[in-house]
Amino acid sequence: MSELLLAMSLLLSVVMVGAALVAIQPGRSLPIIILSSGLVSLLASVQYLLLAAPDVAMTEAAIGSGLTTFLFFFVLSRVRGGDRG
Amino acid sequence: MVELLIYLAAALAGAAVLFALARFIKGPVAADRVVAFDVITIASITGIVLAALAEQREIYLDVALVYALLSFLGVIVIARYLERGL
Amino acid sequence: MIVFDLLGGLLLVAGTSFLLLGGLGLWRMPDIYNRIQAGTKATTLGTLLTLAGAAFLQPTWALKLLLIGVFLIFTNPLSSHLLARAAHRSGAHKTATTVVDHLAEDRTARNTNDQGERG
Repeated sequence: MSELLLAMSLLLSVVMVGAALVAIQPGRSLPIIILSSGLVSLLASVQYLLLAAPDVAMTEAAIGSGLTTFLFFFVLSRVRGGDRG
Repeated sequence: MVELLIYLAAALAGAAVLFALARFIKGPVAADRVVAFDVITIASITGIVLAALAEQREIYLDVALVYALLSFLGVIVIARYLERGL
Repeated sequence: MIVFDLLGGLLLVAGTSFLLLGGLGLWRMPDIYNRIQAGTKATTLGTLLTLAGAAFLQPTWALKLLLIGVFLIFTNPLSSHLLARAAHRSGAHKTATTVVDHLAEDRTARNTNDQGERG
């Protein structure tokens, strides 16, 4: 069954690269970039899970995807002149 | 037999993730990208369940539970930001 | 147990087919509200069917799978509702064939009522 996990890992790598390409295009607004970084971090935690490390995956999902995204949006709504949309 | 069906299910879920990635790359407004993010998260919950079935390890389901919680929190935070700024 | 295995596998394939249909709708639908509908309803049903199939394949995991399913049922419609509301308030583009917008009607009615009371 390890072929299944290998195929899932390759697909997740493709999706991570796509999400990162969304983030680095010029002229992109800040909330989209934060969302893309959250998506990359979420899929990275699935990669950790496929490497048979469920505890690392849980920590990465909670901190990298949940807390960091929340913190970025919180700060962005407090910063003067932060762009919307 | 069951392994073949699990492979087929994983292929279908992967196709769904690819469609959602296309919408995430294209999506004209921010809410489109948030919907694509939600769909990718839910499809990865399904992928985690399939991986748990393939590896016969129950501990993977805890990660799926954390994922369900996190997709909800993330979408709520982003929606409140888009609405009036947290 | 061969019946359980077969039923579980078929439920897995049915659930992921609904996931694929949701993804296809997310790609093909014309505006954001249709995409929200395709992207959350179909994927909720698909994930629930997949969890049921996994419960048929591994009956000892049924409690944890049921917990995930209950959580999805509670949280997914709520997040899609909030998202549609945020999209409406941020003035997302509607497709040309949209004829009914009750939220905007309610909002304009409430605004005129407020102005009437104030004046």
